[in-house]
Amino acid sequence: MSAILLQVIVSGLLIGAVYALFSSGLTLIWGMMNVINFAHGDFVMLAMYTAFIVWTAFGGGPAAAVPVAAIILATIGVLSYFLLVRHIMRGPMLAQILGTFGLALLLRYSAFWYFGANFKTLPDDMLGAPFVVGSIRIDAPRLLAGTVGLLVTLMLHLLLTRSALGSRMLAVSEDATAAQLMGIRPERMQAVAWALAAGATGIAGALIATFFYTSPTVGETLAIVAFVTVAFGGFGSVPGALVAGLLIGVIEGLSAFLIGPVYKDVVVYLLFVLVLWIRPQGLMGKA
Amino acid sequence: MRPRFLYGAIGALILIYPLLTIGAPVYQRLGALVLLAAVGASAWNLIGGYAGQVSVGHAVFFGAGAYAALAVYSNFGLPPLAGVPLGALIAVLIAALIGMPTLRLSGHYFSMATIAVAELVRVLITNWDWVGGAQGMSGPAVSRTPLDLTFTSALPYYYIFLAVLAALLWLTWRIEGSRMGFYLRAIKDSERAARSLGVAAGRYKLYAYMLSAGLTALAGSLYALMFGFIDPDSGFGILISVKMLIMAALGGSGLLLGPLVGAMILVPLEEISNSLLGGRGAGLTFVVYGAIIVVIARFLPNGILAVLLHSGKPPSKPAAAEQPHAA
Repeated sequence: MSAILLQVIVSGLLIGAVYALFSSGLTLIWGMMNVINFAHGDFVMLAMYTAFIVWTAFGGGPAAAVPVAAIILATIGVLSYFLLVRHIMRGPMLAQILGTFGLALLLRYSAFWYFGANFKTLPDDMLGAPFVVGSIRIDAPRLLAGTVGLLVTLMLHLLLTRSALGSRMLAVSEDATAAQLMGIRPERMQAVAWALAAGATGIAGALIATFFYTSPTVGETLAIVAFVTVAFGGFGSVPGALVAGLLIGVIEGLSAFLIGPVYKDVVVYLLFVLVLWIRPQGLMGKA
Repeated sequence: MRPRFLYGAIGALILIYPLLTIGAPVYQRLGALVLLAAVGASAWNLIGGYAGQVSVGHAVFFGAGAYAALAVYSNFGLPPLAGVPLGALIAVLIAALIGMPTLRLSGHYFSMATIAVAELVRVLITNWDWVGGAQGMSGPAVSRTPLDLTFTSALPYYYIFLAVLAALLWLTWRIEGSRMGFYLRAIKDSERAARSLGVAAGRYKLYAYMLSAGLTALAGSLYALMFGFIDPDSGFGILISVKMLIMAALGGSGLLLGPLVGAMILVPLEEISNSLLGGRGAGLTFVVYGAIIVVIARFLPNGILAVLLHSGKPPSKPAAAEQPHAA
């Protein structure tokens, strides 16, 4: 019994690290320019299809798919910023929501139209046999995804807090006019934020594709996971997203195990509403 | 353009539309669908447009109305009409339950909370066998009594929907000019300023949300009456919520006839692209939808009707001054 429980918790932590990775992109953009990217989940979906194409067309595994997806998604992120987000930021809030929501529909149904509604999966044994540690069995793709997810999230955090680029981005998020007077170009920093955020979804998506089915609407579910993680962790906080992502991964796993797989989403959504109600600033957010 | 002239033209078009489409059932059905969509979007407009609280979860209320109508039929054999007040009541209660915690949140937080609640309800409904689970429910196939409101022609539905829409717009117009209307617009412009002037913002937002929910449930019931079938996706799917929002935004949110204008453009567009593109069209229709939404948000952030009504006057640019760093 306790062995199964331990197995569930370890699996939850591994998937939680990937949640943390793509949610940190959402929280970065939100914290920096107060815009929610409703297409964030669909960015992850595109990355999953990228991994799928890299595998079917070139026979490349995650080692090839992760960088390719990161570059493609970062480009899409920068394009979205310059063509759409930069303009709608100035409009009323409804236009902001509509703008990224429209982008979400555009991406989701382009994928639906092009790839069809059927689930696509990468071969299970792509990365070899599962690891067995004591009584716990860990699938290789999940172990890889969890480890890389954790490392990249930490790297993103270090980049934002310990580098000159990170300081410039922080300056823009705190006071764009003042930053501009210091010789920082706000638009360039915001574009960098979109590149980083979308690039993070690229890495996360390519990793998720190795153990999860890919479908055009998978982004919808993942977007809600990202919203929950960001709300839980605190808007704009990457460490918050990391802690919240790990927690949500474990909670999801435990509720699937204890209550039933169907209800894992119910528990997570309830948790979300509860967090928004009781502590809207999240675990580590600024009030 | 003078509002009175524009509104008169829209009203006249709707009244003579049945005459124009005599002997063309496809267009009669299209007309009914436009009015039905306008009912839903106008109901959304009360909270999303006038009060500026962008709900992306109105499918909860739409689904409550649609499911109540067919649940009383499939479980008790009652005419679906009997479920209409029940659906509206349930929707108002759910709105009170959701609204009290979530309306305290501002801006994006409220939108995200409504999405999460809608998805939560959709998952629960999918696993609830009493209302048909994932398969959904059907209404009466043939009319047993006139109370079943089951017609083969779309024309009776056109008149029913028109009557409901007229009543809804009349109500909205009365609210627009009332104390509540002024309060809601004040909250939309700046909730903090409205509160500081003594507006009980929380209470009025909740009233608008509950009213909007009850009327959205009505739209859901009308949908169930006309289509005679409902399942979790057609009742509670996220696209149901999104369509209401898009129609209102395209036409002009916070304007009396904005949602109707939006429905008059988007519903025919959806039907045309569905029929032109055939089986694979479902995906492409929403690609077109997404593209239109992006273009509206980018170039017409206040909607078509706002542009028509303000042509001649210099365009106002709300919120432009608040974000100097975006320039």
